[in-house]
Amino acid sequence: MNEYLTIMKSELVLTAILFLLLFVKLGSRWKNESTLLMIQLLLLLNFLSGFFFNQNGSLFGGMFHTSALIVFQKNILSLAVYLISLLFADWLKKHEHLTEFFILMLSALLGMFFLLSSGNLLMFFLSLELATIPVAAMANFDLDKKISSESAMKMILSSAFSSGILLFGISLIYGATGTISFAELPALLNGSPLQILAFVFLFTAFAFKLSIVPFHFWTADVYEGAPMATTAFLSVVSKGSVAFIFISTLYTVFKPMDAIWYNMLMILSIATMIMGNLFALRQQSIKRFLAFSSIAQVGFILVGISSNSPEGLSSVIYFVLIYVFSNLAAFGVAAVISSRTGKERIDDYKGLYQTNPFLCWVMALALFSLAGIPPTAGFFGKLFLLTAGASRANYLFIGIAALNMIVSLYYYLRVIRSMFMEKNETPIGKIKPDMSTTLGLIICSAGVVLVGLLSWIYDYIVKLV
Amino acid sequence: MIMPGLYHILFISAALFFIGVYGFFTRRNLITMLMSIELILNSVNLNFIAFNKYVWPNKLDGLFFTLFVIAIAAAEAATAIAIIINLYRSHQSIDVENAQDLKY
Repeated sequence: MNEYLTIMKSELVLTAILFLLLFVKLGSRWKNESTLLMIQLLLLLNFLSGFFFNQNGSLFGGMFHTSALIVFQKNILSLAVYLISLLFADWLKKHEHLTEFFILMLSALLGMFFLLSSGNLLMFFLSLELATIPVAAMANFDLDKKISSESAMKMILSSAFSSGILLFGISLIYGATGTISFAELPALLNGSPLQILAFVFLFTAFAFKLSIVPFHFWTADVYEGAPMATTAFLSVVSKGSVAFIFISTLYTVFKPMDAIWYNMLMILSIATMIMGNLFALRQQSIKRFLAFSSIAQVGFILVGISSNSPEGLSSVIYFVLIYVFSNLAAFGVAAVISSRTGKERIDDYKGLYQTNPFLCWVMALALFSLAGIPPTAGFFGKLFLLTAGASRANYLFIGIAALNMIVSLYYYLRVIRSMFMEKNETPIGKIKPDMSTTLGLIICSAGVVLVGLLSWIYDYIVKLV
Repeated sequence: MIMPGLYHILFISAALFFIGVYGFFTRRNLITMLMSIELILNSVNLNFIAFNKYVWPNKLDGLFFTLFVIAIAAAEAATAIAIIINLYRSHQSIDVENAQDLKY
């Protein structure tokens, strides 16, 4: 009995919070401000509880397993959700269905926790669905906006289609090997044509969730139409969790097919980086811009994954940690401006430095980190990713990735230039973000700087791997 | 009289899968697109049952997977239809061609 409590601790804590929120929704007549404060405290508790009473082991005949590394990945996701509840307080407070929004978000997070711990394709499929279906409902949360419902429609259709493809792949794997358990699969994979076909189907489903080119078409539309909090959740938490499970599936279950997936990863990674960068160059809306920049970042994550080594795993986890801070800081600033003034175009940011220097500096730090400029953590993240990828000695591939980093500098600096240097007759007025948003922005900026400078964080991840 | 074997069922399920994919890409009505996705999921169910009966008769994984797929398909359809109803309220139509505000 005790074992069930400690091994499934993260999931149980989250389920308890979910039930509590359901009761709060049913029973109380609290104001939005106090409900939000309570939710922030609960999420902080959820994040802190990830550091205590951890036990490794597996349950339910190997369907559910956990280890120190998985707990660390879950902690990254909890931290990101806590930061989201801080950063988007402005929009959340005004929303009449605040509690439902968090119920959906936490159900999706619960799905991601089970996803990271899954040891079986059935468990994997169920938790992946739990992690995506609520997000489609979250995309619809600007109830009176036309684009919000359109983006939710695109999200649910593309995720349903991709889960259909995933299921077809799983059924072929079951037919070819007779098992759906992650532990038994590697020994039975021999690279027969049927297994390769099944693997391609599975890979396609992952590519849909990670928005890898050519399966990225839903990404920009969903990001633009959905409310900013959902967009941030989708681009940071959702993508991070799928990246974690993608890398652990490739490295443990599909290790025998290494030669096949290396080539697939390389081609898709080059296509993803180039397409993401080229489309990001011409965007005017800040949300679409961040959407395409996140597509390009996924291309870099694939470079790290392609190494098939422990360094690849640790560099991807480290990069996702940095990506949480930098992307959330960028979305946080954009959300404050959008909820106060309704402006979401990059041209509207001209002259922002005269009125809002704090927001400008946070945004600049975040974009420098996303671009990978040295003092910020993003540089170290990209450095480790490319170093891990270079261990395959395919230097042409690494060279293309490095060139793409230079291209990405152009469009990140374009935003910074319009904030700091360009003049504007009607700049955005002075904005005073509320306490929790300011706190969130400070945590994010501190993370962007410190995660790179404190070397023990990377050492800790390497030790866990 | 030919008894249907594994290959017949696999042929039917593959055909069903690709009819679903074709319908998903060509239909412009949201409800019909949702039905195409149901076709895809049902082809997967056929696959699992056929593999379970003909190839791995002493295992139960495939049968259980089918049950869960049916449940998840229902959950997905419920969410999708809720979203489609909301889309109908704002756009007065369930044709995807009319929901084109978001473009690159």
